Amino acid sequence: MNADADSAATVRFLLDGEVTALTDIAPTRTVLQVLREDLGRTGSKEGCAEGDCGACTVVVAERHEGGVRYRAVNSCIQFAPSLDGKALITVESLKGPDGSLHPVQQAIVDGHASQCGFCTPGFVMSLFALFKTRSAPSRQEINDALAGNLCRCTGYRPIVDAAQVMYELARSIPEAKLDWMSAPAGSRSVAARGAEAEFAGRLADLERKDDLVIIHEGGAFHSPRTLSAFASLRERMPAARILAGGTDLGTWVTKQYRGLGDVLSIGSVAELKRTAVTATHIEIGAAVALTDAHLLLAEHYPGLDTLFRRFASPPIRNAGTLGGNIANGSPIGDSMPCLIALGATVVLNRGANRRELPLEALYLAYQRTAMEAGEFVSQVRVPLPQKESVFRAWKISKRFDQDISTLCGAFMLRLDGGGIAEARVAFGGMAATPRRAAACEAALTRRPWNEATRDAAMAALALDYQPIDDLRGTARYRMKVAQNLLRRLWLETGPGGGAVVTRLADLRGVLA
Amino acid sequence: MNDPLGSVAVDKARGGVGAPVRHESAHLHVRGAAPFTDDIPELRGTLHAGFGLSSRPHARVLTLDLAAVRAAPGVVAVLTAADIPGENDFGAILRDDPILANDTVRYVGHPMFLVVAESVDAARRAAREAAVEYEELPAILDIDEALRQQSFVVPSVTLERGDWAAALAAAPQRLKGTIRLGAQEQFYLEGQVAYAVPREDAGMLVYSSTQHPGQVQLKVAHALGVDAHRVIVECRRLGGGFGGKETQPAQFACAAAVAARLLERPVKLRLDRDDDFMITGKRHDFRIDYEVGFDSGGRIAGLDLMLASRCGHSADLSAVVNDRAMAHVDNCYFLENVRIVSHRCRTHTQSATAFRGFGVPQAMMAVETVVEEIAQHLGLDPVLVRRRNFYVPGVRDVTHHGMKVEDFVAKELFDELELSAAYAARRRAIREWNAVNPVIKRGIAMTPVKQGISFSTTFFNQASATVHIYTDGSVLLNHGGTEMGQGLFTKVAQVVAQELGIDVERVRVSASDTSRIPNASATAASSGSDLNGKAAQAAARELKARLTAFIAERFEVPAHAVRFEANRVHAGAKVVSFGELAELAYMARVQLWASGFYKTPKLDYDARTRTGRRYSYFAYGAAVSEVAVDTLTGENRLVRTDILHDVGRSLNPAIDLGQIEGGFVQGMGWLTTEDLVWDASGRLCTHSPSTYKIPVASDVPPEFHVKLYERGENVEDSVYRSKAVGEPPLMLALSVFFAIRDAVASVAQYRLSPRLNVPATPQEILQSVDELHERSPGERRVRPVPG
Repeated sequence: MNADADSAATVRFLLDGEVTALTDIAPTRTVLQVLREDLGRTGSKEGCAEGDCGACTVVVAERHEGGVRYRAVNSCIQFAPSLDGKALITVESLKGPDGSLHPVQQAIVDGHASQCGFCTPGFVMSLFALFKTRSAPSRQEINDALAGNLCRCTGYRPIVDAAQVMYELARSIPEAKLDWMSAPAGSRSVAARGAEAEFAGRLADLERKDDLVIIHEGGAFHSPRTLSAFASLRERMPAARILAGGTDLGTWVTKQYRGLGDVLSIGSVAELKRTAVTATHIEIGAAVALTDAHLLLAEHYPGLDTLFRRFASPPIRNAGTLGGNIANGSPIGDSMPCLIALGATVVLNRGANRRELPLEALYLAYQRTAMEAGEFVSQVRVPLPQKESVFRAWKISKRFDQDISTLCGAFMLRLDGGGIAEARVAFGGMAATPRRAAACEAALTRRPWNEATRDAAMAALALDYQPIDDLRGTARYRMKVAQNLLRRLWLETGPGGGAVVTRLADLRGVLA
Repeated sequence: MNDPLGSVAVDKARGGVGAPVRHESAHLHVRGAAPFTDDIPELRGTLHAGFGLSSRPHARVLTLDLAAVRAAPGVVAVLTAADIPGENDFGAILRDDPILANDTVRYVGHPMFLVVAESVDAARRAAREAAVEYEELPAILDIDEALRQQSFVVPSVTLERGDWAAALAAAPQRLKGTIRLGAQEQFYLEGQVAYAVPREDAGMLVYSSTQHPGQVQLKVAHALGVDAHRVIVECRRLGGGFGGKETQPAQFACAAAVAARLLERPVKLRLDRDDDFMITGKRHDFRIDYEVGFDSGGRIAGLDLMLASRCGHSADLSAVVNDRAMAHVDNCYFLENVRIVSHRCRTHTQSATAFRGFGVPQAMMAVETVVEEIAQHLGLDPVLVRRRNFYVPGVRDVTHHGMKVEDFVAKELFDELELSAAYAARRRAIREWNAVNPVIKRGIAMTPVKQGISFSTTFFNQASATVHIYTDGSVLLNHGGTEMGQGLFTKVAQVVAQELGIDVERVRVSASDTSRIPNASATAASSGSDLNGKAAQAAARELKARLTAFIAERFEVPAHAVRFEANRVHAGAKVVSFGELAELAYMARVQLWASGFYKTPKLDYDARTRTGRRYSYFAYGAAVSEVAVDTLTGENRLVRTDILHDVGRSLNPAIDLGQIEGGFVQGMGWLTTEDLVWDASGRLCTHSPSTYKIPVASDVPPEFHVKLYERGENVEDSVYRSKAVGEPPLMLALSVFFAIRDAVASVAQYRLSPRLNVPATPQEILQSVDELHERSPGERRVRPVPG
């Protein structure tokens, strides 16, 4: 018996303190299917099977910077192999120190925050992730944490209240009784810290010494741990699907009932999970989660903060990667217009070779990129902000939070006195690919920044794009809003800019 | 007092009527330990089913080649209409709704065949393998086309009062217009599901996520061709219903049961979200044409309304939905001279069905639009126009359908809310803001709600319950209502606990089950607590009477000296616990269970003239909402909402608050972001939450003040003088829509009336803004603030 081969093909993760091993698992079996159908844990629910309702939310814990990091994910579109080496926490796992309800659960019960109860397990888990990552979240942060959870009964108010009460309940637990589960983020309880250290130790024990390889009738699944291993596999298997966070590929399986064939996962490649800030650039590895990439980018470009908060939902951002978003190149993705306007480049690897392209050059046509056989996205490089530059990015969608954009516009202007020295303008939702607006840029570049220039730039957009009618908006609406965003840009960055309130968010702040 | 136990007697049992008791399953919900239908452990041999759907809106099926489906991995059987042993119909009223389409498909998504396989995945994959040859037939997809072709599912209806034509002609002012209201998907978080288990001797047990187990039972019996007594339908809880599980679960239960019978194996049919959207009906979309005549003070003299609704391919509940709409076009306003013409359009789309409000939201949008237009035209605050048209008790107090409005508390609610929400001052402040802010415009509106409570179909207004007392004093309650999150089981348990003077924890509610309560009505029309609460109360009172007689005799005291209080029973100076009493009564051979029955009194409706006492009473509410609109993009945010709502004397203020807040947010979704889009071929393009957007946490206003009307009391003898609360709060959301309209109107300095339809998506709002600009030349879109 070949023990090594067995180990290589077995997915191992912690569940309620026990190591759970999945052998012979179809690599595209979802975490939710494993829970509900294989393990009989029916607490997590399927509401949509596409990561949009949150009823299936679970928390995945992994080692991070010497501690443990807790993140909510949508179990309905996460493939089971993604659990390898991690701990899975489900609604059934949660309990208080004496076996009673966990503060999250108790707060929901006390606050009348469940009605039909179908969405409740998902809310419990999103709130648990919040509980373990923030110590005193604001209302805005609570809303953000819940953006991926739909409730059709309560109207949310009691759930948001429960998110504040859960901390009060945790504070009423005697310190000595706290464990890693019942201690909120930032807890100084010695007992809880000890328990968490032990938890981290158990996760360390699960760490692989080999690569996860599952050979299944539907195709092979490889999860190499080094960049060179990944690159050589990619050269050997140019037709294989590359799996990053699985937030899109997952829905191919759960919604379109497609087989994926061979799959190469980048999730374990150490080099691709790194970020760096050099003297000139922010560098983000292809396997870095959107949550982390956004945090880093918004640090340098605060203008991105609101847009990133509205980008999908926390469970999707926790699983999905910036590299995946870019390689996928959806015409309605929100990363691309922003990054293109910022002048980002993408690094493509093939074997030991690498080349760097301006991001906009990656996209040739609808769902067709400049990537060649054997190539893959390894890194995104974003220039650091320059003096005299102003950057704005706006996402327009039917619903404010967690909605796919009708359009998304991003603008980078380098101002020089009263004029525009350089303009980079890019839109999503306006064409078959994310694209720069060349005519608009030309109308802005080396012009005084005044109403006439604004009007010329607005008119030029009609040369750049011929948007379409679809369920998210009409062509007319898209063009109108794209042009109006230039109006807003001018109101905010033109001479005397800032005199007019241009944003709802500002107003809500004023009134609330 | 001389009673030595006086100090005990003042103790109260926990959780009686009026206490904010937590939901009976809350502690299970949060643990994931409250099983829904799909969570029930599967029996050995369970198979899974999936539908094959039509891809044409209207077509004859020339060939349905299922060879590839049958050959697909894991497939056990494939069923078509021909395999149904009994009747191929699940129609709610008319028999026009086939479980599986015969030779003609009538909408994109019409189920044509059923695949039964070893796994859910196998069934769904196989369902895509069919080769179908269609002969396309002409399809009608929208209301306008249906009106042109006079295509209706049931005949049109006209209701008139007074000489509306003369009143219109004589009115000093007249306006006419049209508003269009979109459909809305129920979006219960738990999709449609049924699990059918064959039982001995042609029996069938069906676990169904349904608001109406009795109807599912009958339809399954018909489909199987057996008597109803062979079929049991059970439902412990639904993951939301909102009307979407009133008639439609029968289709899935029938399909699962037919497959289970043919294969003699348990069969589960759980729709995936996309199929649920594609197959099932939604809230009716409406086109409303109005012409109104009014005086210079804004009082309506005559009103002519045309309500046309899109009913889809079959009748379902459309006749009653539209009847209810006709009965609610008054909202809080006395319509002395009115004509309402109601068309129920047949289209080749999903069959529109019940959705919380059941025609009332659309009706209220009609009259509130009229009121807003009048105010706009006269330059008056719409609140003033609303007041001028309110019912006036004793003077102008009979509805257009001939029912006297006996407790018109809407006026008091309105007055109280106007003050507590500082409506007038905020309206002024908003106008000042709008005068100097060119981009972000603010708006405010206050709207009232009056809804008639009772099923429109009189015979549905009946209910039964059973109460069992076991010898340890614990109580098991069962009634015909279903628990879908609204807290019905909790409220009815509180009623029983109150009657018996025991803690609510001593009362357990068991699953709705057609073998326990026969012929129960749907849990719908906000009637759950009214009907089942009264039925359970009757059962509890009968038991209490029996126990009183027994203990009075045992302890030799008069019956009036017996009191049930705080888990104890006092018989003069003697005191026993409720458990001891149960034991004693059992030993003395007293029957420890009882059934209760209730039918709503006083209902007197003449279906021929469409007039009379159609409802038991009215429920009222009012809301003020304030919004901000970005006139560059149409994006908007709800900034603040104040609500005052009348639930009579609340059975459970925490649950009632939840119904009000939840209903309001759901209504807001209908009016703003929930946008169902069908393409030119009749295919629904928005069929999952990635494309169909219900409100999320951040859509709830940061300032949200919701209060129960403290002086509320039902003038009718309802259960503990409470009022129904399921549907009425949904219409409070109209305040959001009209606040948006108010903000939009500001771009033309309130001189013109915005054209705004439902849903007011950012696109709809921007279009309305731009259209106002076009109608008011000279106004510049963005006027930078000088200096």
